[in-house]
Amino acid sequence: MMPLYAVLLLAVGTYAFRIAGPLLGGRLALSDRLRHLLAVAAAVLLVALVATGALTQGHDFAGWARPAGVLVAGVLALRRAPFPLVVVAGAATTAVLRLCGVG
Amino acid sequence: MDMRSLLRTLEHATLRDIALVCLADALVGASFGAISVSGGLPLWVPIALSVLVFAGGSQFAAVGVVLSGGGALAAVAAGLVLNARLLPFGFTVADALDGPWWRRLLGAQLITDESAAFTLQQSEPRRRKAAFWLCGIALYVVWNVSVLLGAAAGGLIGDTDALGLDAAFPAVLLALVLPSLTDRRTRTAAVVGAVVAVGATPFVPAGLPVLLALVGLLFAGRPGAGGGGDGGEADDVGEARDVGDMDGSVARVAPMAKEAVR
Repeated sequence: MMPLYAVLLLAVGTYAFRIAGPLLGGRLALSDRLRHLLAVAAAVLLVALVATGALTQGHDFAGWARPAGVLVAGVLALRRAPFPLVVVAGAATTAVLRLCGVG
Repeated sequence: MDMRSLLRTLEHATLRDIALVCLADALVGASFGAISVSGGLPLWVPIALSVLVFAGGSQFAAVGVVLSGGGALAAVAAGLVLNARLLPFGFTVADALDGPWWRRLLGAQLITDESAAFTLQQSEPRRRKAAFWLCGIALYVVWNVSVLLGAAAGGLIGDTDALGLDAAFPAVLLALVLPSLTDRRTRTAAVVGAVVAVGATPFVPAGLPVLLALVGLLFAGRPGAGGGGDGGEADDVGEARDVGDMDGSVARVAPMAKEAVR
């Protein structure tokens, strides 16, 4: 579940990240090192979400159909296919595999 | 500063690119709304997240953690780690938000990867302002409307597993994050993080594995030291790359959107 307080916490925290620059702009500079780390952290977290979202369900393996669909989507995205095609092809692959009895 | 003078200040190509990015983000927003509601969250959750948080990657992250059984605080933590990258953007575009205090407070909510990237493209102060506000306002409207429509549609879907919609969530995120993986160090950090997260999943409470992935940061290297995997391009445009890093980099989304409308 996503309770309201969690939505508000995320909103307030995010706003704090946003407003710091416009408020402190002239008086404070961020190091290149910190900028770099923040950018890499975002990529690391997203890739971890992709991996766990594709491979796991609860504490277990999600079955083969889902990661296969995500793999198809990834290949299409690498080949610069349009975004809707990437998503629909991924979901369709998973759906067809399940129809064929793959878990 | 009315809308018409904003439009006149910017070049045609910039206006077109902003429109295309809006279109691409509309598709992402609609996916977000549909996936959230069809995954079992009440309608107000994706809508409140979009209005109040207004940062696609973190919205997906928070909903993803919750839908996989994770706790609300783990969802908030994942979202905040993602949005920490908005901190440097705020410093980068601070000049474009110049003006009365209320304008700065409002403008801050419009800081995204996209609005920061479009602002960075401009050098002249008046154009930087116009690019920031036009992109920011347009995206805010488009994003929230598309999330609402997607969420409404998501409520109509019956058996989501039979349709493979559980694969749509990681698929969307993968499409969004791929452009930021051209730098070799980033890629290494991400792969290490992903292995740790998946490996930890059977043993730790849901939601935690994604945060454990941050140990991958040990491999992040120093800015510019890692070398771009693709011909060192990441080194040359350090700043621009960082800005284009996440949910919908301009470099990536604009061509994607062009193909989408074709």
